[in-house]
Amino acid sequence: MATAPSSDKLATPAVGGRGRRAGSLVLLPLLLVLLVAAMLYSVTIGRYDVSLHEVVSILWSNLVPGSDAQHSQIAQTVVEKVRLPRILAAVLIGFGLAISGAALQGLFRNPLVDPGIIGVTAGAGFGGTLAILLGVSGYGLLAIAFGFGIASVVVVKFLATVGGRTSLLMLVLAGVVVSAFFAAAISIAKLLADPFQKLPAITYWLMGSIASNNYGDVLLLAVAVAPSALVIYLLRYQINIMSLGEERARALGTPIATVRWTILLASAFISAGVVATSGIIGWVGLVMPHVARTFVGADHRRVLPATGLIGAIYLLLVDDIARTATTAEIPLGIITALIGVPVFALILRRLHSHGGWRGD
Amino acid sequence: MIEVEGLVVSRGGRRVIEGCDFVVPKGGILAVLGANGVGKTTLLMTLIGVHRPDAGRCTVGGRTGYVPQLYDVAFSYTAMDIALMGRARHVGLFGAPRQRDYAVVRRFFALMGIADLEERTFNTLSGGQRQLVMIAQALASECEVLILDEPCAALDYKNQRIVIDLLDRLSREHDLTVVFTTHAPQHAVEIASDVLLMYPSAPPLGGARADVLNAANLSALYGVPIGRADFVGREAYTYAPLYGHAGDTAR
Repeated sequence: MATAPSSDKLATPAVGGRGRRAGSLVLLPLLLVLLVAAMLYSVTIGRYDVSLHEVVSILWSNLVPGSDAQHSQIAQTVVEKVRLPRILAAVLIGFGLAISGAALQGLFRNPLVDPGIIGVTAGAGFGGTLAILLGVSGYGLLAIAFGFGIASVVVVKFLATVGGRTSLLMLVLAGVVVSAFFAAAISIAKLLADPFQKLPAITYWLMGSIASNNYGDVLLLAVAVAPSALVIYLLRYQINIMSLGEERARALGTPIATVRWTILLASAFISAGVVATSGIIGWVGLVMPHVARTFVGADHRRVLPATGLIGAIYLLLVDDIARTATTAEIPLGIITALIGVPVFALILRRLHSHGGWRGD
Repeated sequence: MIEVEGLVVSRGGRRVIEGCDFVVPKGGILAVLGANGVGKTTLLMTLIGVHRPDAGRCTVGGRTGYVPQLYDVAFSYTAMDIALMGRARHVGLFGAPRQRDYAVVRRFFALMGIADLEERTFNTLSGGQRQLVMIAQALASECEVLILDEPCAALDYKNQRIVIDLLDRLSREHDLTVVFTTHAPQHAVEIASDVLLMYPSAPPLGGARADVLNAANLSALYGVPIGRADFVGREAYTYAPLYGHAGDTAR
């Protein structure tokens, strides 16, 4: 009698779990080193050449006042006033958007989710537009944009909660509704804007750019991103459980409402901070988590730090392109979309063929 | 042990369960049978505390572990990742599983003979393997009552055998109280101490297996003729299709 093949054998080879875990032990320090290297490199490039030696000298003279300066005054100004705040902003934005995207994808059990889904991006975008329309700039603009961003997540929560309970579907729909509303409001603001000065300013601001970021922006970004990213990271195991579905998570004993609203609020802070300081920068929060998952697997304990670091490096390099590729500045949001879209198309095909994501 | 008395549960404004009574002693196995949509899953969700009863008493002695019907997960978690999620009640809100949690999961993986699946991607496992990983997840919560929603649906005969034997072993050797739903009366015959029949339009009938499980009750339960045969010294129930029935017109 022929022996039937054992049904326990699988044609698909095991996709490394232990390999991934061991890999991530190496990967995280490696990413950290890469990030520091990318930051140092980014300080040196630009229209005014600054050597790495000078960069180190400038940074050292800040740490140790009165040390022997081996750099020109111009180099010091360029590095400290122009490039450093911009680089710090890129790192914070990339880190924040990527980690919040990964957390939201886990929460919504959907790898196609990005931080814009909860309506905060559009809300903050409208806030910034309104500020420009009213002639408010600087900290006023930051405050208005940030305020509208947070207000929109409050509206989303209100719309999505029916009879004391919120379903994920209602959250997504409420996010779509709020986003659509603010998109229309932005159009009205553009229509009302003076077409020679304010309209270009609004359009350019919405495209997303960190060209004019100063230390004030960096401070707001740090306040918005750092605590939120920490809270998201602390909920790493809960995000794993939430990604099984809410009923399942509740059966396992997870306080789902607490976890959900904590993540939504933390993500709202990140998005509002990013949009307020730098306009709308898409595709980072959507694509970077997938890149991280290919290296470290699905476990959010490893995905969250990896995706944050990869996002930071990515946005830093994209900003390098934005400010050096042409003599004019290219808005960051355009390049993240230009790179993000084809990469995302490839990821979708890969997800589909590998069965890593089953839409249902 | 589990004591349910006069239980009434509504879902979406509709009474799904009305007047349900049964008792399962500690270490007992309750098989829940009934047609699709009759409220079996609702009953299980009430037992684990996800749904609230409108009336009646539902006392479950001890922590519950729940195994849902098989499904794919959204991300490519490993079997270990999935089973570790069962430790939710033992890991703080801001915490993550530690060595001890891994050890608990590995103990159950070994008990089920699936230690070699640990690093495999969950979605690429066979249905039988996934069911065992999900049971390991529930057991990892160190539950005393194990509740399973159609653990044998979508499994081939050999894998049904493996799961049913495992439930039997868990009840006899580990004193776990087990509740499971099934569409195969045979699973009840093999391992259940108690049976609950959930009728579409009458209160559920619960009791010791010998008292409740018979051809007449099963025929009423499914609305089709069910016959009883004796198979290697044990009763066997089968859907007795249409002998001499009006539907048999192929001649």
